[in-house]
Formats: sequence, structure tokens, C-alpha cells
Amino acid sequence: MPRNRDARLAVLGSPVPRSRPAGYSSRSATALRRRLIVGVLVFASIVLITIYFREPSGGSLHSIQSGGATVLRPFEVGAQRVAQPFEDAYGWFAGLVHAKSENARLRKQLDAYSQQVIQNQTALQENRDLKRQLRYVSSPNFPSGYDYVAAAVISRPPSEFQQQIGIAAGSSSGIRLDDPVVNSDGLVGLVTQVAHDTAEVTLLTDPNIHVPAIDEKTKATGVVGHGQGRGTLILDRVQKSLTIDRGEWIVTQGWRLGKLTSLYPKGIPIGVVTGASQNDVDLYWQIQLRPRVDFGSLQSVVVLVPKTRNH
Amino acid sequence: MRVLVEPAKVAVLIFVAAILQVTIFSSVEILGGTPDVVLLTLMAIALLRGSIYGAAAGFAAGLLVDTANLATLGVTSLLLTIAGYWIGRYGETTGRDRAHAPYVSVAVATILVQFGALFLHYMLGDPVSARLALVDALAPKVALNLLLTLPVYALVRRVLAWATEPEGATEVQLLG
Repeated sequence: MPRNRDARLAVLGSPVPRSRPAGYSSRSATALRRRLIVGVLVFASIVLITIYFREPSGGSLHSIQSGGATVLRPFEVGAQRVAQPFEDAYGWFAGLVHAKSENARLRKQLDAYSQQVIQNQTALQENRDLKRQLRYVSSPNFPSGYDYVAAAVISRPPSEFQQQIGIAAGSSSGIRLDDPVVNSDGLVGLVTQVAHDTAEVTLLTDPNIHVPAIDEKTKATGVVGHGQGRGTLILDRVQKSLTIDRGEWIVTQGWRLGKLTSLYPKGIPIGVVTGASQNDVDLYWQIQLRPRVDFGSLQSVVVLVPKTRNH
Repeated sequence: MRVLVEPAKVAVLIFVAAILQVTIFSSVEILGGTPDVVLLTLMAIALLRGSIYGAAAGFAAGLLVDTANLATLGVTSLLLTIAGYWIGRYGETTGRDRAHAPYVSVAVATILVQFGALFLHYMLGDPVSARLALVDALAPKVALNLLLTLPVYALVRRVLAWATEPEGATEVQLLG
């Protein structure tokens, strides 16, 4: 009696051609679906880049991004708060490790600075005497080199796309185009239109306003412009080799280059450093600032008029 | 239920990784490099769940990072979509069940993403420095990412396995 062959061997041995494996079409469909999904996502990314790159900073995609950033902000703050104790603990332990050597170094520094203070005081007195003898004329200093024109805010930005306010003082009060505008908190903006009794002030949050600025502590320089979020500022063009820490003050730089001078006098507070964008491929830091001025609730401002100006 | 639970878990993982990256890890600079936990999370998701999940998670992670950083929308999405897809395909084919697959994926993806970012920023006219990106930052970045590969991979695997019904046949049928 012949031995029974199992079904598999019987099929293999039969001359009938085998049918196509059942899984082939489904595998092919999966591959097609996979490529289709990736293709769509890559295409969507390229479309996003193109639209974002070509549209103005007030465009729809920028607005959506700004809204998204606002939504994400609480989560970022929450994460920072959670991480803060760990950062502090790390800093505390790191500080302990270096405390002894740092103490010796600081004592040496203190001695050096004490000597320097004496030298500086002598130099300051000498400088004053020499200036008096030479009748030296320096550039206007803030606040001593300026007259103030205090004015009430009479009109506010009509929409979020405009960043201008109207003030109740104009050329009759000595205000001219490009005069800097401040309030008790810091820099507000720049006079961009002047009528007889009114003037238009463009706020610091306008995309067209750029202010040369400096970190008070490290002396790192950059240009302050508007941030993407509402009422936020960014200090751009800061060399990556420089270090700026959170909480440091950013003030106007007030440079002078030949006959050209900055529109903004030196030393007006702009904002406090809140963070920095880290991107390996960028040449510069992008420092986020929290402005000192609350641009949304301006009641009155002060226009700075140089004392040297001939009315 | 699994159809909804899996994407939800991936979404939460990507969201948390993106927030941690932009708030904490982007400011952790060691020897000039910063770890990229978004890429690490993406690697783990792509290896554990395949190329489609990898690509979709990469796209979403890129959007989140670009939105939080107020950077050009789509740049990071493009890079991470391709990275997620590639890692997923590697995990589905030659890297399947290989212990070294996460490390190889991370090292290669970090290098390629860095080159890709440099190229894209250059094409967009941003001021970029190849020396900074490729010489100063790349090696420490790869090292930091490799250092964090194991904990991130283990964490993601644990999260993805959580509350998921075991796969496979629940009953055995004897043939013949």
C-alpha cells in the first residue's frame, strides 16, 4: 500500500502551475500606501516652506504659527518650571565643587577691582577737568541731553496688523520726525509722522522698527526687532561666540559712525532676556526679550527732543 | 480601540518630546552640541511602529518644533518626515530585531538631518556656517544622542506597550 503523501508535497509535485501568492497584492498595496503617505507629507512640507517663505510676516501662515506658539507657551512655561529645581540643584552642586577655587579667584579680583576703582576715580576727575579746558562737545546723553515732551495717547492701533499710536503733541511742541519715544518703563518707539498738534508713533513691535541694542552686562550687541508673537521682541544678529544669560537687561546701543548717529540715545531700557533659540546652522543667536513696556495699555508717552536742536 | 490608542500615544510622546526639546534640551550645550530628544523619540517610534508612523510622527514633530521656535514652517517637518520614514524602513527590513538598530539609526539620522538642515537653511538664504554645524556641533551632538538612545528607546517602548492588547492569535486550531 503506497504511503500517504501530505497535501503540501502533493501540491509541489503537481504539474499544475502555482497560483500567485495571496499576500502579494496586499503587500504591494501596503507599499503603495506607504509611499503615498510619505509623498504627501513631503509635498506638504515643501508647500509649507514655500508659502511661509514667500508671504509677508503678517501673512496667514505666520498668524497661524503665532497662534500655535501662544497655545504652546503655557506648556513651555510648565516644562521650564518643572525643570527649574533640577537646574538649580545642578547649579548648587556645581557651585559647591568650584566654591573654594572660586573664592580665591574672587578675592584676587576684588583686590584688582579695588585698585581699579581708585584709578577710575582719578581718571574721571581728570576727564572732567580736561573736558572743561577743551570745551569738549559730546553727543546727547540720555536723559540729560534731552528735553521731554509728555503727551497723551489719543489713538491706538485699529487692528493687530498696525502698530502705530497717535499722540496729542506735534511740531508745535518741537517734535520732529524720527524722535525717539519712551515712557517710564523704557523705549516705546519712534515718531513716524508729525502734524501741527499731533504725531504718529510707530511702536517697537512694528516689523519696520529695528533698534541697535546692547546687553548691559556682557556688552554683546545686536538688533532688536519685533518677535513673531504679539508684543514680543527679538534681539537678532548676536554673535554665537558671545554669551547672554536669562534676566539680563538689553538697552539701546546709541552708536555713532562718522556723521551718522543712531536715532536712539544710549542706555534706554528695552527688555529682559527670556530665552534664546539654539540652531546649529545659524551664525547668530536669536534672543527672545520680554519688553519692559506694556504696549497694549499705553496712556501717555514722552517724546525725547535733543537739547541741541534749533527749533 | 487599538486603532485610536496607538496614534494617541505616539502623539503624546511627540508632543512631550517637542516641548522638552524647545524648553530644556535646546539650552543644554555640552562641548558645543545639544541633544535632540525629538529625533531620539522619533527613532524609537519608527523602529517600534514602522515607517508610516515614523513619517507621520516626524511631520507632526517638525511642525511643533517650528511653531514653538517661530522658525520657517516646514523645514524641520521635511527633515524629520524623511528621517522617520528612513528609520522605519530600516527597522522593517535590515534592522529588524537587531540590538544595534537604534544606535545605527540615531547616528545616521543625526548626521543626515544636520546636513539636510544646513542645505535647507542655505537654500532659504539664512546665514549658515558649515563649520559650526558640521565641525563644531556634529560630533558632540551624535555622541550625546547615542548616549541618550537607550533610555529614550526603553521609555518609548514601555509607553507604546502600555495598555496595548497583546497581538497574535488567541486561539489555536489544529489542522488535519
